[in-house]
Amino acid sequence: MSYVQLKNIDAGYVKGKPILREFNLSVEKGELLSLLGPSGCGKTTTLRTIAGFIMAEKGHVLINGKDYSRIPPNKRNIGLVFQNYALFPHLSVFDNIAYGLKRRKVEKSLIRKKVDSVIEMVSLEDLGNRLPAQLSGGQRQRVALARSIVIEPDLLLLDEPLSNLDAKLRDEMRAELSRLQHQLGITMIYVTHDQVEALSLSSRIIIMNEGYIEQMGTPEEIYDSPETPFVARFMGFDNSLKGTVTGIDGDALTVDVGGTPFSCKASRSKSVGIGDPVNLFFRPEDALMGSGGEANSLAAEVNFYNFQGGTTLCSVTAAGSQIQVLLPGKNVIGQESSHVLVPVDKIIVEKV
Amino acid sequence: MKNSKLLIIILVIMFIFLLGPFLVILLSSFSGDATMKFPPQGFSLQWYTKVFNIKMFRETFFISLKTGLAATATALILGIPVAYSTVRYQYRGKAALELFFSSPAIVPGLVVGFALLRFFIFLTNMPIMMGLYIGHTAILFPYTVRVVSASLRNFDPAIEEAAISLGSSRLMSFFSVVFPNIRSGLAAAFILAFITSFNNVPISLFLTGPGVATLPIQMLIYMEYYFDPTISALSSIIIILTILIVQTAEKLLGITKYM
Repeated sequence: MSYVQLKNIDAGYVKGKPILREFNLSVEKGELLSLLGPSGCGKTTTLRTIAGFIMAEKGHVLINGKDYSRIPPNKRNIGLVFQNYALFPHLSVFDNIAYGLKRRKVEKSLIRKKVDSVIEMVSLEDLGNRLPAQLSGGQRQRVALARSIVIEPDLLLLDEPLSNLDAKLRDEMRAELSRLQHQLGITMIYVTHDQVEALSLSSRIIIMNEGYIEQMGTPEEIYDSPETPFVARFMGFDNSLKGTVTGIDGDALTVDVGGTPFSCKASRSKSVGIGDPVNLFFRPEDALMGSGGEANSLAAEVNFYNFQGGTTLCSVTAAGSQIQVLLPGKNVIGQESSHVLVPVDKIIVEKV
Repeated sequence: MKNSKLLIIILVIMFIFLLGPFLVILLSSFSGDATMKFPPQGFSLQWYTKVFNIKMFRETFFISLKTGLAATATALILGIPVAYSTVRYQYRGKAALELFFSSPAIVPGLVVGFALLRFFIFLTNMPIMMGLYIGHTAILFPYTVRVVSASLRNFDPAIEEAAISLGSSRLMSFFSVVFPNIRSGLAAAFILAFITSFNNVPISLFLTGPGVATLPIQMLIYMEYYFDPTISALSSIIIILTILIVQTAEKLLGITKYM
């Protein structure tokens, strides 16, 4: 049996209008599961239901086989890390971290020992006496992390913990989180709207949309083979072309796009038949510019270029659709770029 | 440039309107003459010594102080849970309650209510001090709720949730985490409410009676009989004390952001 299980949960903020309906989820011990989705998709609701701040109207929350559905949040032994850190402003770093242990009536000398050891673990030595206001954003999030792991929680919930940090710090903290997770083996559920974060940290990712699970899988599965148009768009398959299936040979498809035959691979999940209208999804970085004559190429009219440093984003119109093409380097303007082409294995075919 | 000149002129006029009357009172309190005149004639401190020598002023000062402290403390103790529930929870009738508490401007309408309360005190033979205490608590209540609400609204609810997730009950999280962080808001509420009570005339008028008056009521009574600068001296003392208290509290706690 899975370590954390949500069974047929109905939950939300207004009674009778649940955001999650008949929601099921299982998390294995020691894994880092990400809930990924746009704002309003229900990922935070899921987290708050597990934490106990939202009592499910229906269904069960099981952790390690025990039913927590009716147990208040202060009796759940779940660690929480918030986006805005939520440190206690009037307490020093040491007392912030010691808070949970004091509530558990842990002996004073043991508190000191435990707090000192997590302070070392998150590299906050010498900052024990500072107040939260005297710390940088990254340091604050380390305190928040330390505060929630020192109680040795059954489960650690993280609600967009890195989104208030700047890009460089975010990368640093991501590595730090990953290291802590491996070192401590704590089961973590991580809410984020940032794909890169989810891909780099998670053992599994769940993509949510409007309270439902769109797709569940390893980062590789989610990145390479989105099963729904929603997941495809969310994972950066920003371009789409409309077409009609004209030929099937095993898993090789021929799709007619505005008169041009495209060869693609059928997706594993859903079968298509001849004559079906389909959408072809592909990423801007997978598309190329060419002079025509290559396979899978469409005549394209360049709208504009946008230099972005290491890459150049090129917006073109092909077969009546706006297509974004991300090209490496910067000297791409005007050089034999009358056509846009997409390699066969970079296209996702979805039935309309 | 033209605009900023106009602004400065308007600002100066504003300040004259705001501070002018106070300056007149302050200057006339040092008058050497026995009648109120402006500009004052001569200079003396006799009116200040007179203030402290009039027994009625001393007695009513302590009545105002007692009433103010007791009513403020009660209004604060009642106001904290009301403020907390309106800020943190959704419930039926909340909007109406909030409207009531968010506009102390409608409080003067309560004067009618206090006329009734006065009548009620007659009927029940309630001691005058008791009536004053209840009446002042009632008018201070909206102020304390409003100021405490403002400071609670500035306090991130996630911090409370963090405390709860670490094992605190709601009540314990309030005392260990919320309370220490809204202390300056509570101080602001206390000072604002106390000053409101101390300076109140309309409600006290209805609730004071023979032998018992608050300081402002006593000042009114005094002015009906004497027209010397004693009142100016007393007013100056009260105004300067008020400014000192608010300034000190602002320096120590930064209270004005909640007012």
